[in-house]
Amino acid sequence: MKILICISNVPDTTTKIKFVNNNTTFDKSGVQWIINPWDELALTRVLDLKDAQAGIESVTVMNVGLADAEPTIRKALAIGADKAIRINADPVDSFQVASLLADAIKKDPYDIVLCGIESCDYNGASVGGMLAELLDMPSVSAISFLNIAGGKVELKREIDGGQESIEIATPFVGIVQKGIAKDPRIPNMRGIMMAKTKPLQVLEPSAANTLTSVGSFDLPKAKAACKKIDPDNVKELVRLLHYEAKLI
Amino acid sequence: MSVLVYTENWDGKFKKLSFELVSYAHEIAKMLNTQTVVLSIGNVAHDELQKLGTYGASTVMSVDNDCCKNLDNQVYSHIITQAASKADANIIILAHNNIGKALAPRLSVRLKAGLATGVLSLPQSIEPFTITRKVFTSKAIANIIINTPVKIVTLLQNSFGIHENQAAVQIETFNPDLSAVTAKTVIKEVNKVTGKLLLTDAEIVVSGGRGMKGPENWGGIEELAALLGAATACSRPVSDEGWRPHSEHTGQTGKIIAPDLYIALGISGAIQHLGGVSGSKCIVAVNKDPDAPIFEAADYGIVGDVMKVLPEFIAAVKEIKQS
Ligand SMILES: Cc1cc2nc3c(=O)[nH]c(=O)nc-3n(C[C@H](O)[C@H](O)[C@H](O)COP(=O)(O)OP(=O)(O)OC[C@H]3O[C@@H](n4cnc5c(N)ncnc54)[C@H](O)[C@@H]3O)c2cc1C
Repeated sequence: MKILICISNVPDTTTKIKFVNNNTTFDKSGVQWIINPWDELALTRVLDLKDAQAGIESVTVMNVGLADAEPTIRKALAIGADKAIRINADPVDSFQVASLLADAIKKDPYDIVLCGIESCDYNGASVGGMLAELLDMPSVSAISFLNIAGGKVELKREIDGGQESIEIATPFVGIVQKGIAKDPRIPNMRGIMMAKTKPLQVLEPSAANTLTSVGSFDLPKAKAACKKIDPDNVKELVRLLHYEAKLI
Repeated sequence: MSVLVYTENWDGKFKKLSFELVSYAHEIAKMLNTQTVVLSIGNVAHDELQKLGTYGASTVMSVDNDCCKNLDNQVYSHIITQAASKADANIIILAHNNIGKALAPRLSVRLKAGLATGVLSLPQSIEPFTITRKVFTSKAIANIIINTPVKIVTLLQNSFGIHENQAAVQIETFNPDLSAVTAKTVIKEVNKVTGKLLLTDAEIVVSGGRGMKGPENWGGIEELAALLGAATACSRPVSDEGWRPHSEHTGQTGKIIAPDLYIALGISGAIQHLGGVSGSKCIVAVNKDPDAPIFEAADYGIVGDVMKVLPEFIAAVKEIKQS
């Protein structure tokens, strides 16, 4: 089986978010970049399955981004992906990302394409579903478990109050959430050395449209200061919640 | 022209989320001077469909077809696309939950419709269609412009609320043509608890972090939650440790919720945690560390030992509920 994981290069989750150009552009200066957490978990699970001889021939990662995304892509190689593809573009919306990925995948198809449920920069929760539709493939979303055994794929997806166990034939697009793997793999020294020689192919983007644009960004309004209550007077808190906030 | 809402049902019943989606759609329909049409898929009784009129639906299209019992993203996308065309919809609204997230992006491609996900309020303007949503895990807000004739929006649960707008509602059976699509998702087993208040539905949430020390101390959280009619939640390390189920994990990598009241007990308030709860209308924090970042997000706070505060909290709630 050939598996592709689409990875997004996102600011470290502790990044202080700032904008420039009249609040129209995210300020990348001083930002640390990481593999989007869900994508990293998906990659981890697939590599675990590959190591367990589940019948995975190759694991590829694909990113839409500029050359500055390469350290993140190399990290995915260091963790254990066999090869990487970067589509050289600075995308404007999820539809453009999905279109560029779809055009590349159509030329060189995979059995399973995995995406994270959302990317923690623009939080669109859209690329996976759009990609599936563009490829005219089935999709399963909110996957919290993936197993491959004897050529069969077993999934679990999260539903209100529980999970559904699902079987699906390849090819399909899987949209992955937490639970698929516990902790992401951490690259070791050997992995980091090997990553330097693994193939990282750069593709020029196809002509892709956009459907939306960002007019501007704002930062959330500062919250009013927290009202502190004496720990020896918990009753007062409950009184405030009842009479002032009227919430209980 | 119309505003189309897709709402799922839960064993044939609608719930607050459905009514919130209809209320929201009705408000947008008013801005556009048009009608609200609701699409329901699956077996729902006439009386139940009728309820949607209370929140402003003027037409309900009901697909009562056995092939559609289970969610198959491709089949559902075909149905919603056909409904959108029948209703001549220019705005389509879904919930920003697992089902909405699974379907909206597919619809966006099928209908060449720009998509804004996880919105919290009405559009700022219709022409151009501008709507705000949180980005960078709630650390910023983006003003999104949708440039296509048809627009799709997913609404974060409990961010708009329910508003009654009684309309004369017409209920129609809708028979989509499904000859061009087959369901590929085979459901082998369903494992779920019913009857428990879901975290995403709850108006009040009581949540515990690593400061609760261990699973044996969750009795107090459950007791407080029961008293308040609340759901229980937790921080990520608590679910990673297996103290609580993953379904309770809130935050960037877990559930994003917007209850009226979020009570954080022994939670430090790491930025990734706040990303999932900062939409709460009121946050109460109990933490022994006066510098814990949770106090920057909280409206009310107690700096103190949660082991001591929680029993007193419970006693005070009992007292006020009796008075
Ligand atoms: C990529 C990424 C994604 C993440 N996503 C999430 C997420 O979705 N959700 C999430 O929650 N976390 C997430 N995290 C983890 C996050 O960074 C924090 O580690 C986590 O939220 C801390 O959980 P906590 O507050 O329960 O524990 P701690 O940080 O250990 O804090 C415990 C708190 O309890 C207080 N305390 C201890 N004892 C007592 C007592 N007796 N009485 C009162 N207070 C007490 C302490 O003062 C402390 O503030 C993520 C991290 C990363 C890197």
